[in-house]
Amino acid sequence: MSASASETIDPAQAPLWDRNHHGHDVIGTRTFGFWLYMLSDAMIYAALFASFGVLSHVMNMAGGPMPGDVIRPGYAYGETLALFTSVLAYGYAMAALRRGRAGGVAGGLLGAMVFGAAFLGLVGKDLGDLFALGITPERSGYLSIFFTLVIYHALHIAVGLLWMLVSLVQLAREGFSSNVVYRLVNLKLFWHFQAVVWVFVFVFVYLQGVIA
Amino acid sequence: MLVNLQGPWSPLLGRLAMSQIPYENPILVGTFLLVVALGMAILGAVTYYGKWRYLWREWLTTVDHKKIGIMYILVGLVMLLRGFADAAMIRSQQAMAVGPDSPGYLGALHGYLTPFHFGQIYTAHGVIMILFAATPILVGIMNIIVPLQVGARDMAYPYLNAVGLWLTTAGAALVMTALFIGDFAHAGWFGSLPLNELPYSPGVGVDYWIWAMQLSSVGTTLGGINLIATIVKMRAPGMTWMRLPMFTWASLSANIISLTSFPVLTVSLALLTLDRYLGTHFYTAGMGGNLMLYNDLFWIWGHPEVYFVILPAFGMLSEIIPVFSEKTLFGYTGMVLASFGIAGVSWGVWLHHFFTMGSAPDVNAFYSVSTMLVGIPTGVKVFNWLFTMYRGRLRFDLPMIWACAALFFLLAGGMTGMMNAFTTNDYMVHNSVFVVAHFHLMLLLIVYAIFGAVNFWFPKVFGFKLNERWGKWFFWFFTAGTATVFIPMFTLGFMGMTRRLDYIPYTQWQPLLDAEMAGIVLYSLSAVYLVVQLYVSLRDRALNRVGADPWGTSRSLEWATPSPVPFYNFAYIPHVNARDEWAWRRENGVAQLRHEHYTGIHMPRNTGVPLVLGGLSLGLAFALVWRMWWLAALCLAGIVLLVIMRSFARNTDYTVPPEEVKRVEDAVWAGASVRGADGVRSGAGGLTPAHAPWAPK
Repeated sequence: MSASASETIDPAQAPLWDRNHHGHDVIGTRTFGFWLYMLSDAMIYAALFASFGVLSHVMNMAGGPMPGDVIRPGYAYGETLALFTSVLAYGYAMAALRRGRAGGVAGGLLGAMVFGAAFLGLVGKDLGDLFALGITPERSGYLSIFFTLVIYHALHIAVGLLWMLVSLVQLAREGFSSNVVYRLVNLKLFWHFQAVVWVFVFVFVYLQGVIA
Repeated sequence: MLVNLQGPWSPLLGRLAMSQIPYENPILVGTFLLVVALGMAILGAVTYYGKWRYLWREWLTTVDHKKIGIMYILVGLVMLLRGFADAAMIRSQQAMAVGPDSPGYLGALHGYLTPFHFGQIYTAHGVIMILFAATPILVGIMNIIVPLQVGARDMAYPYLNAVGLWLTTAGAALVMTALFIGDFAHAGWFGSLPLNELPYSPGVGVDYWIWAMQLSSVGTTLGGINLIATIVKMRAPGMTWMRLPMFTWASLSANIISLTSFPVLTVSLALLTLDRYLGTHFYTAGMGGNLMLYNDLFWIWGHPEVYFVILPAFGMLSEIIPVFSEKTLFGYTGMVLASFGIAGVSWGVWLHHFFTMGSAPDVNAFYSVSTMLVGIPTGVKVFNWLFTMYRGRLRFDLPMIWACAALFFLLAGGMTGMMNAFTTNDYMVHNSVFVVAHFHLMLLLIVYAIFGAVNFWFPKVFGFKLNERWGKWFFWFFTAGTATVFIPMFTLGFMGMTRRLDYIPYTQWQPLLDAEMAGIVLYSLSAVYLVVQLYVSLRDRALNRVGADPWGTSRSLEWATPSPVPFYNFAYIPHVNARDEWAWRRENGVAQLRHEHYTGIHMPRNTGVPLVLGGLSLGLAFALVWRMWWLAALCLAGIVLLVIMRSFARNTDYTVPPEEVKRVEDAVWAGASVRGADGVRSGAGGLTPAHAPWAPK
């Protein structure tokens, strides 16, 4: 790690140009960028969780429903099972990708989509029931952040499902082209990341809400 | 779910109605006519010279990082002009509306701006100068220079780069739209809560502010991802971390800040959006809202943001000063650590923006100490620059005088910042114009670094130098303006003048306010000199053609390719052997740019998708401002569909054949200018200027 212009490298021998430059690793570069995107999304979640912490005081419930009134552990349990089974199915898709089996990838993706849709259905039913009871985001600061956090996560799941659908079509059209492969790898990162975030939602929103 | 609005709403036009056009305000009508006249003149000129095809093919659809950078800077310059016009209106209103006897015009009791209009102006001034002038210009310069400094042919994601540009441009266009349709926010650039809530600001102004900030925020986040990935993944062989040029280090630290902090801005504004559109209670004064949550979230972004703009400026100074001291940068490792030290501390100081909120003394003490900590790495940088100059062969070319003045403003602004860091002192000057003068000096330091950098790198990008004589006139008038505006402002701050006054009751402040007004006149004159400098430089460009290294003492890798840079940057990817690679090559007599055999170069293909995405985003934001739900849904669906369609595109890149590379390189070598495959001139003046001190005798 030597310094500046006065170097010990012999300038007469030093290579000045990389004549056989083969370009950069496309998949590695794209995946790195996706990690960076997820970092920014993690910051969004972090800010939402921080807001949730701030707005969870009893003052922020404004005399409205308390956490114990809006949280139904059964749904949270079912949603957790659905999402983690979906991640498992996606794991099978990635194992098939490693072996180069397009059928296995498609099967894994379909499985992940079915369980992801089940997750969305459960969240929809859970929140829909609350709405039917008149428990809405406008009721209090606590309910505002509760619905925002859960729906923001569910939106990610919906985007992931759309992405899987597009991936299935592209897999059928292009096979394992570098575009398809890096997108499948990125989608894996995305899907696992949403599952990790769900753990936080489960702990801080549902578990803590039930205990409180 | 949707809130009830005050005032009319129709399914087709939302809240938009004829009454929203401010045709009764002569200032806005005059501005509108001026903008229309200028726009017609530009469109007419493009049509007259038959340049539409050129404009579309070479600029609007480009993915070339240099052209995208130039367009970023152009957007920034236009918005800088708008922000300056706002500043001139603030200053003239404050110079006019002093004392109960001061006359009033245009419906204002004193001066010529009503309080509501005045509020919009200072809000727009802040938003524009930070997010739509400083940020795009800095991002533009990073866009141009960073890939060249790391020896890459483009950014890591050229297509994403164009998306970021057009999103930022859409945000700027939305701010400009607010001038002529509806109104703008009036609660300060950082948005005072709960004043920004719907019941207290029922108009569309706050919505304009929200969506313009959001567009710019998303654009900057994407740009941050791109620049970080470029620096980490696209470095040329031999470019180890500790050989990275200082500007690239500064860009890396700055973009780590932007990548992590802009999402927090997104959240702080999104929650306000939900309050205003769906009636939630995040920041409301009742119903379980917490309005201080907004201040915390906003400034958790806001303070890192100011370091996001200052770190690239520090990087520019670190590039300019060694070149014109003819020495290597003093304390390279210390500089790297200082950059990341500043970036790290930036996350722990946000509460100093509201010491007076009434936190416990220990909380205030923590943020007071952490704020003072910023002074340590910044001091390291200042001393390193001074030691770089110490016993150097100093040349005061244009970039250097801007850089030296920047150091001065860094000291003056930084020292007053340290004064604000003392909580006890801050209680006295909080919300006074003393604070305003402090942060304006800090931002002016950035402006000075930017003008230095523009003069420094202009020949690299365009192949000719900017005129020195008119540039110095510009510099001195600009500096005189800065001194005349801000020294009286510090004084007024100590005398107790608070921020954002549309009427000043104390006539004894009149002389100082008049002095500030005189400073604005000096600023305006300096702008004339800038225009003259640009015009003269462009007129005499044939005389001022330069080679690869126009300064003769340049140090880093971007000078190892012809000026203007060919569209592929480097015919061969350079192999880096030293920290100051170009200086190393020059001093060892191997500063050769000539190659014998060329290979094909893999390049990304132009695409119009980013431009359309930007247009749809502008449409989406406009529709959301006016609550035209059908248009918003249409634009959103269009964006999603376009992104999916683009993911099916296969023909996204091509290979430049070796013969074409040889043709461009041969012409450059022969000292001629040449039109490359993309139609843009490359290379013009041979490789070395005749007067370079190291040129062979």
